[in-house]
Formats: sequence, structure tokens, C-alpha cells
Amino acid sequence: MIFNTVWFILIAILYMGFFVLEGFDFGVGILLPFLGKNDNERRTIINTIGPHWDGNEVWLLTAGGATFAAFPNWYATMFSGFYIALLFLLAALILRGVAFEFRSLDENPNWRNFWDKTIFWGSFLPPLLLGVAFANIVTGVPIDQNMQYTGGFLNLLNWYGLLGGLAVLSICILHGAIYLSLKVEDDLKERALKTATRLWAPALVFGALFIVGTYFATDIISHAGIVGIIISVLPAITLLLNGYMMLKKRNGLAFIMTALTLVFVVACLFVILFPRVMISNLNPDWSLTIYNASSTPYTLQTMTIVTLIFLPFVLFYQGWSYFIFRKRLHTNPKELVY
Amino acid sequence: MDALSLARFQFAITTIYHFFFVPLTLGLVILVAIMETLYVLKKDETYKRMTKFWGKLFLINFAMGVVTGIVQEFQFGMNWSEYSRFMGDIFGAPLAIEALLAFFLESTLLGVWIFGWDKINPKLHLLAIWLVAFGSNISALWILIANSFMQQPVGYALNHGRAEMTNFFEVITNPHVLTQFPHTVLSGLTTGAFFVVGISAYHMLRNNEVDFFKRSFRMAVILAVISSILVAIMGHIQGQHMVQVQPMKMAAAEALWETEKGADFSIIALIDSSNRKNLFELSLPNVLSFMANNDFNSEVKGINELQKTYESKYGAGNYIPPIELAFWTFRIMVGIGGLLILISILALYLDYKNQLVISRWLLAILPFAIVLPYIANTAGWLLTEMGRLPWIVFGLFRVDQGASPNVSANMLFLSLLVYIILYTILIGATIYLFKKIAIAGPAATDKGVITLDDVKQTA
Repeated sequence: MIFNTVWFILIAILYMGFFVLEGFDFGVGILLPFLGKNDNERRTIINTIGPHWDGNEVWLLTAGGATFAAFPNWYATMFSGFYIALLFLLAALILRGVAFEFRSLDENPNWRNFWDKTIFWGSFLPPLLLGVAFANIVTGVPIDQNMQYTGGFLNLLNWYGLLGGLAVLSICILHGAIYLSLKVEDDLKERALKTATRLWAPALVFGALFIVGTYFATDIISHAGIVGIIISVLPAITLLLNGYMMLKKRNGLAFIMTALTLVFVVACLFVILFPRVMISNLNPDWSLTIYNASSTPYTLQTMTIVTLIFLPFVLFYQGWSYFIFRKRLHTNPKELVY
Repeated sequence: MDALSLARFQFAITTIYHFFFVPLTLGLVILVAIMETLYVLKKDETYKRMTKFWGKLFLINFAMGVVTGIVQEFQFGMNWSEYSRFMGDIFGAPLAIEALLAFFLESTLLGVWIFGWDKINPKLHLLAIWLVAFGSNISALWILIANSFMQQPVGYALNHGRAEMTNFFEVITNPHVLTQFPHTVLSGLTTGAFFVVGISAYHMLRNNEVDFFKRSFRMAVILAVISSILVAIMGHIQGQHMVQVQPMKMAAAEALWETEKGADFSIIALIDSSNRKNLFELSLPNVLSFMANNDFNSEVKGINELQKTYESKYGAGNYIPPIELAFWTFRIMVGIGGLLILISILALYLDYKNQLVISRWLLAILPFAIVLPYIANTAGWLLTEMGRLPWIVFGLFRVDQGASPNVSANMLFLSLLVYIILYTILIGATIYLFKKIAIAGPAATDKGVITLDDVKQTA
């Protein structure tokens, strides 16, 4: 029984890791056409996330794989249910992934512009779609007694789902802007900082609306009580602190604040859910839980042992790779690899 | 077409497309790692240039492998939700381990390798590419463990309408994976080897960067000989194992309708599936019995008898996979496999005798041989997956039980359209880049990326 909860928490942690890391990749990719005024600057921007984006994306693949492994019914219901949304998410991730590698391999400006556009859309759609998906998971979707999703795609685009998408999207762009300001020099840095300060208000507004919406669209108060209220307020606090840090030019701390905001948003969603994993708005008895959706205790235990062995290595060498590339990048073609 | 057929078609084309890129990744990364090893040991700049040139081709291919792989992970849940519910307890664990162990390792260390040439010491940089090689090849192990359960279920019990894992070690040491994994890794090495051999031959014929490409050629052709011979040996061992474990697949691959002692091996045949017989066969007497059981007079089970056996075991139904497809994919795979052995031995011999310069005809042909492993790889996967039909998990779960019930034919048309459009654009871009860089040679990678001045902003 305990392993069901353990894996619920581990999957939450995997999504937190994903949003904190890939979140700034998305943000940087979205800002690419706006902050990159010439090819040199665009190359510089891409190079800030060049070494990291692929390893960051694996957090999402691991979260999905862990969902399949620990809660096969959750994986089956969610992935078949959110079919169209996931299709667009896939299209975005596919194009973006290839774009980073292909973009600078030809000198034709049309070639580079095309791939820069795909980097933009490939970075813009995922946080939006994932925000919509998660918002719908916590507000509840039509799931029948056989654990089948019976809604469509358009009903996911309800007001709460869209707010969730906009909130996640705007926080990711802010997160990316601050990351960029920590990784580049000179004029590009100044513009990234200015953009970050301008992005703060929209992120706060969408975030606050999303939190307030949560009190109406979900059962957070009745279901999670005081814990739910506290955890829902934390992202607002970290966003406010983020604004304060930027005012004080403490950009490293500002980055930590957006990271924590993303962590707390994910935590909030999982607190609302627990012990459910998919909420049915047709009948609460038809919701999927960490018990009726899970694999056997044997499988959960086996996976836990494997994770305890390998996760520390992952954290170590991913941390090491960030350490290797800790220096700021100059907008100097001789120093840029991609 | 109905939803099930569309789902099957989509899974087939996305998997085949993914497996265009995977074998080259598996094999080429090892060659690149060997080149960088030689660079670090001998401090010879040519090996560094080789690492960067072949490495750049590797990176283009790797990117395609990664993104097409994401589709695969999502597709189980999206299109095969009932299969996922049935198999999740077994499949999920190897897939999660694949992500945690292999994907993280190869993706993170590859980022270090690409961007860290001047930032970490050369030995550490070398370690990075070897870890990428390890990560990629070990990822094959975990996905093949999952596939092997589908071919030969072990370490499980049927409970609550699903397969539940009862013994993790049995699952990961499945006898099927013990042959399937080496066979797959070796097919990757063969693909990578012929890729390097073919491109090197192109330049050697034109006397371009001769020292560079002779070294690449020699290294790759030795690997080609070794891997093409070993992949055939592993294939044979796997075939013999499959005679025991999935006799219907092997009978189908031979279009052997009737059980026979001293069965002949048909090189070609005119198959009449609807009447369950062959109208014509060109065959080698008793060879099939020998291949299957090491005994020229042994009995090999035929399709008709197996169909009856399965009907009494599993109930009424059609347990016969597509015979023509199994028959011809097997011959394509094995035929090309044999051809690759011959070509690689000939190429190694002529290279060793320094007669490749005289045998310009072989140099001219070798670039075209690059596609041969691709065709063989595809044929092999078609055989092993479709030869298992109607089962998706052999003996336990049929393909018509597995599809997502809430995904309509219209949704499938949409996803098919999206994948086909995307994949067509991407294969076009990939081939364009491959050709450009392969034909340009190391001149393309020596200079690195060129920054454009005053790019028009159209975002």
C-alpha cells in the first residue's frame, strides 16, 4: 500500500523536475524570435540550452514511463483520453527536438528561419497543452465505469483548462527569460532582463487567476483542507518574491523563485488529486485512484529498488553537466558550438 | 478502414520509421567512440577530424531517433490503451528503467559531448561518448525485454484480467531476449559499418581526403565482416529458438502448410494462402529440418496442424499469420544478410591487398549497399511482429483486444495524417543534410557552424 503513495509522489517529483528544467528550455525557445535579433544572437540563445534540452526532456519521458509502469490504468485512460491534445504535443516536441540539431546546418536563411519557427511553436505549445491537461485532470473529466474517457478534445478547452494552460505557459516564459539573463552577456542580457520584468505581471495575473479558479473548479478545499489552501497560496508567494528579487537585481534568486513556483504548482495539483489519479466528473466512484489504477505491489517494489539505485546517478551527472557549462556565453561565433 | 486496422497500420509505419534511425545510432556511435579513442591514445588529429565528421552524421540521425521514439512511448497509451492495461505491470517496469537508466544517460552525456570539447579534459570527453554508446545500446535491451515478453511470456501470472509480474529476474532473462538483444545490437553495428564503408568508398573513388577515408573504411569494413557474420549466427540461433516457442511463426516464414519429417527449405515459392498450399516451390531437400532442429530428418510442424492445435487450446479462431509476408520478409532479411557477408569480406580482402584502387567497380557500388541493412532490419521486424499475429502477447492477448476503444477512425485519420506529414518533412530534411555533409566530407565539419550576417527576421 505504501508503494502506491511512494510512486504517486515520485511521479509528482518527475513532473516537478520536468517543469523546472524543461520549463526554461520552453521559455528560451519561445523568446528566440523576439530576443534573437540576428543569427549570432539566435545561435547564442540556442547554445544556452543546447547541452541541456535533451536531458531535460527525458524527465517528461520518465514521468510518462513511470505512469505506465506504476499506474497502467492512469496511463491508458489519460493517454487515450487526451488523444488530440497529446497528438499536438507530440508534433511540437518532434519538430522542436529536430530543430535544435538541424537549424544551423545550412546557410540558407530560409532554412534557419523555418527551424527557428518550429523551435518557437515547439516550445510554445507543450507548456500550454500540458497546463490544459493537468487543469482538466484536477477539475475532473468524463470517465465511465470502465475507466474510459468519454469526452472529446474541445471540452478540455474550458475556462479552467485554458487558465491552467496560460498560467503554466506564462510562468515558463518568465522562467526562461530569467535563465537567459543568467547565461548571456552584454546587450542580450539586458534585453532578457527587461523582458523578464515585463513578463512578471502577466505570469502573476494568470497564476493568481488560476489559483482562484482552483477554489471554484476543484474540490481542493473540501478534499485537501488547510494543506490544500497553503499549497495553493505558495506559488503566488514565490511569484511575488520573484518580482522582488528581480527588483533587487538578484537574478539567481529570482530564477530559484520561478523554479519553486513551478514546483508548488505541480505539488498543488497532486495534493488536490491524492489519492486519486484521474477524477471522473460523471461519478466520483468512477475516478481512478492510486489503488485501482496501479500495478502489483511486487512491480511497485521492484521499480522502487531500481529507482533508488539509478536516480542518484542521474541527479549526479545531470548536475555535473550543468556545472560544466556554468559560464556565461558571449555572442561570439567562435565560442558557439551550435 | 476500421479503427483497429488504422491503429495497426499507424503503429507499423511509425515503428518502422523509428527503426530506420535506431540501428544506425546503435552502430555508428560505437564507431565514433572507437575513432575518438584512437585520437586520445595516438593524439593524431585525423582521428579527431574523423570523430567530428562521422559524429555530425551520427547527431543528425540521433535527433531523428529520439523524436520518433517519443511517439512510440506515447502510442502505447494513446492507441493501445487496453493492451497497456493488460501489459502495464510487465511492460511498464522495463520501460521506466529504460528511461531512468538509458535515456537520461545518453541524452545528458551527449549534450556534454557535443558542447564540451574544449571544456573538459580529453579522457573525460571520451568517456562521455562511450557512455552515450552504452546508454543507447542498453536502451535497446530494455525495450527488447518488453517485446520479448510479448513473444514469449515468462515470469508472470494471469490475475484480474491482466498479466502480472511474478518474477522480475525471469522477465529480464527471458530466453527470447537473450537471442533478440545480441541480434539487434549486431544489426545496428552492421548498419553503422556499411554506412561508413559506403560513404568512405564514395570519397575514395574520387580521391578525396584519401587518408581520412581509408582509415574510416578499414575500421568499418573490419566491423562489417565481424558483425554481418555474427548477426547471421545470432539470427539462426534465434530462429531455432522460435521453432520451439512460436512454431506457427516459423512455419509461416517457410510457408510450410503440412507437418513434415525431412522438410525442404523453399528458396522461392508461389503461395496460395486461400487454399492453404503452394503452387510452386524451388527448394533444397531436408534443409529446413536441419535448420530448425539440426537434424535432416526431424519433424517440422506445419501451419495446418498448428492451426488445429491452437483451436483446441485457445478456442475457435484464425491463428494463421500473413503467410506471404512472413515468407518473403524472411527471405529478404536472410538473403540480404548473406549478401552483406559476401560484400564485406570482398571489400576487406581488396582493401587489405590494396587493390580497392583497381577495383573501382566495388567502390562505386558500396555507397548503394548502405540501404541493404535498412531493408533487412525492416524485413526482420515485420517478420517477428506480424508473424506473431493474431497475438499481440503470444497466447495471452490478441491484437483485436488491445486497441483504445475510445479512439475513433476519424481521430486515427487525423493522427495518421499528422505523422505522415511530419515524418515526410523530416525524412526530406534528414536526407538533404546527410547527402550534403556526406558528399562534402570533413571539409563540412572542420569549419563548424557559419553565422549568417543580417538574417532577415520573419518571425
